[in-house]
Amino acid sequence: MTALAICGGRLIDPAAGVDEQKDLLLIDGRVAEIAAAGKLKPTNGTQVLDATGMVVAPGLIDIHVHLREPGQAYKETIATGTAAAAAGGFTSVAAMPNTTPVNDSPEVTRWMQSPERGAHVRVFPIAAATRGSKGETLNDFAALRSAGAVAVTDDGRPILKDGMMRETLAAAARVGLTVIQHAEDTRMTQGASMNLGPVSFKLGLRGMPTEAETSIVERDVRLVAELKDARPHLHVAHLSTAAALAAVRQARRNGLRVTCEVTPHHFLLTDEHVGLYNTHAKMNPPLRSAADREAMIEGILDGVVDAIATDHAPHAMHEKEVEFELAPNGIIGLETALGLSVRWLHREWRMPLGRVLSLLSAQPAALLGLRGRGTLTVGSYADVVVFDPKVDWTYRATESQSKAKNTPFDGWQMQGKVRWTVSEGKIAYASA
Amino acid sequence: MNPAAPAIRRALTTPPAPASPFPHNPGSLLSVLDLPVEGVSRLLVRATELEHEDPIVRDRILAKRRIALLFYESSTRTRTSFELASKALGADTTLVSNLSSSIEKGESLKDTGLTLRALGAEAIILRHNSSGAAWLLEEVTRLPVVNAGDGMHEHPTQALLDLRTIMTHLRPGVAGVGLETLAGVTVMIVGDILHSRVARSNMLLLPRVGARVLLCGPKELLPEQAARSGPGIEIERNFEAALKQSQAVMMLRIQAERLAGLQLDLEEYKASYQLTGQRLAALAPEAVVLHPGPIIRGMEITAGVADGVQSAILEQVTNGLAIRMAVMERALTTETGARANKPSPARRLKGGRA
Repeated sequence: MTALAICGGRLIDPAAGVDEQKDLLLIDGRVAEIAAAGKLKPTNGTQVLDATGMVVAPGLIDIHVHLREPGQAYKETIATGTAAAAAGGFTSVAAMPNTTPVNDSPEVTRWMQSPERGAHVRVFPIAAATRGSKGETLNDFAALRSAGAVAVTDDGRPILKDGMMRETLAAAARVGLTVIQHAEDTRMTQGASMNLGPVSFKLGLRGMPTEAETSIVERDVRLVAELKDARPHLHVAHLSTAAALAAVRQARRNGLRVTCEVTPHHFLLTDEHVGLYNTHAKMNPPLRSAADREAMIEGILDGVVDAIATDHAPHAMHEKEVEFELAPNGIIGLETALGLSVRWLHREWRMPLGRVLSLLSAQPAALLGLRGRGTLTVGSYADVVVFDPKVDWTYRATESQSKAKNTPFDGWQMQGKVRWTVSEGKIAYASA
Repeated sequence: MNPAAPAIRRALTTPPAPASPFPHNPGSLLSVLDLPVEGVSRLLVRATELEHEDPIVRDRILAKRRIALLFYESSTRTRTSFELASKALGADTTLVSNLSSSIEKGESLKDTGLTLRALGAEAIILRHNSSGAAWLLEEVTRLPVVNAGDGMHEHPTQALLDLRTIMTHLRPGVAGVGLETLAGVTVMIVGDILHSRVARSNMLLLPRVGARVLLCGPKELLPEQAARSGPGIEIERNFEAALKQSQAVMMLRIQAERLAGLQLDLEEYKASYQLTGQRLAALAPEAVVLHPGPIIRGMEITAGVADGVQSAILEQVTNGLAIRMAVMERALTTETGARANKPSPARRLKGGRA
């Protein structure tokens, strides 16, 4: 029996509506007891973590990460990516299938979850919707689901054909899987490397119009409406435009199961941050205009956004140190999501801490149906983050646990420092 | 979720975009925005002085200094002009082209730049097909980098030589420039603005010395946001209406190599935007006609206009030589630039991104 007690902290469990001083006892990977402050009587052999002055919350859940294994271990491995996750307070990450080979099979799905990968936190594979993510042949969703896949997507190679997307939604609904769409009509974004607008014109870069995202979201919402009786669940990945957010909002008003996530970079940065060809500000979807960014903040504050996800996308240094148009898309984000969210959503924009944490744990867990996670009630998984909400600190990319250092947030002020991350009862990360 | 979408209740404080660290080397010329107006003026004055300087004296200015020309795109006038300008000041030049170098084998721009630096290059003149390439090269080498055209972005020495040409015709006898020198002058730029680095550099430079820039072209080649690139830039889509207001007319080539699938009816384009002798005589009989080259006779401009009395196209080429002498002198003799050229071994090793 392994036992861990977390005492003296302020327990914030948004799913259970708890926000008070509580002590927590974790036994064999599960929450065994929640006691009033000072009332827990740990038995001999129980390790006790002193969380005085800290927030104790359900471990964070990132439903959009790229762990690069199998096949691209020079960028990141499941071990290094999940070490970064643990350092950022995350206890569950959902890994995208754009690996080499593409994760379109139960074999790869199982391989990713094998203990031999050395993951520090729980990895939930998201499988490819179509074979090789080529948009032609549907994968066996039931088999993928039994192998542990929690959703399906063709991620960076969005499903453009209406018929194929309809089939995907219908087939996924039959087995109770979520369809995640990276909404981009790639026919409108050929050769483009940033958001289309005055900034892209000035920099002489081909731009991606917001319609490339909006049109796909609107099309997908239409398909979900057509298939209403089957109750398909569409989740829009890294939403970045005001018009696409409006489409999600309207879909929800119409009673459809349409959810969305927003990344910290899309609620904090605009295309102006590309500066003079900073490849650490190159990602897809690209950083948008100030108006789109404000719409993201509004959507988060008013509740239409269901989750904050990082789109953690590690790349080797030499891959980003090239001409802007040639650089790969993406930035890392696991170690900055909490610090940026607390610093900006909570401190600057006055969102209650419980709601910020809900977007980072309870809601993403509900979205992907991760039972027993995203909450700390008795019997749920002992996934816990303990952080000091008052501490201001400066993020240094060089100190990242990730193999990659590609981030636009190097040197940024963060608020809220992770002290311990506990994954299924084991300490996955402890700050020095 | 709250079904009603309330407006944001308070003005949001948001993180500002970081200040630019460029140029790292004060001898660099990456963008026309790197030059304050006094700097532009100094280059114009110096171009004239160097043009008239005794060749033997001139030859000592950059005697034996090593300048590399790194060209990822084919070029006639820019390459030859930079090369002759550098040699006129006594520098040793070497040309590295993407078609006959290790670039073909997949060497990156960073490694190519570091290799040239290790070979003793003290400045690099870069022509590249990717926007922003000059910034990357400067970041990794910290050498004076002169941007000889980056993708669709900028071509600062072209804008400087265009300014010199416009000055010769419209402000004869005036050597330098100030904020108001071209007040009352309208310069129209016609054609493929979207893909043109010449247009971008000119529209950012000319308004700073008082000119009004009028952009003209069809929507596919001239998006509305072009007018938001800076102050003093307007759009007039009617070619004849624009021509009537202009004292200088800059014609651009349709860049077939950058159209990337864009469908354009060339006959229709010619009917609307071709500069013909008739239009010129009727609407702008006094205007000076410029073209950065290469010209496609019978396309954007008729042969008669290109060779006519109002054309300054070949003067532009000659002016390029003078401007580039001044730019290369600045690159290698700017005080702190000279120090950065000879880094200590320890500094040499650092390099890379901050």
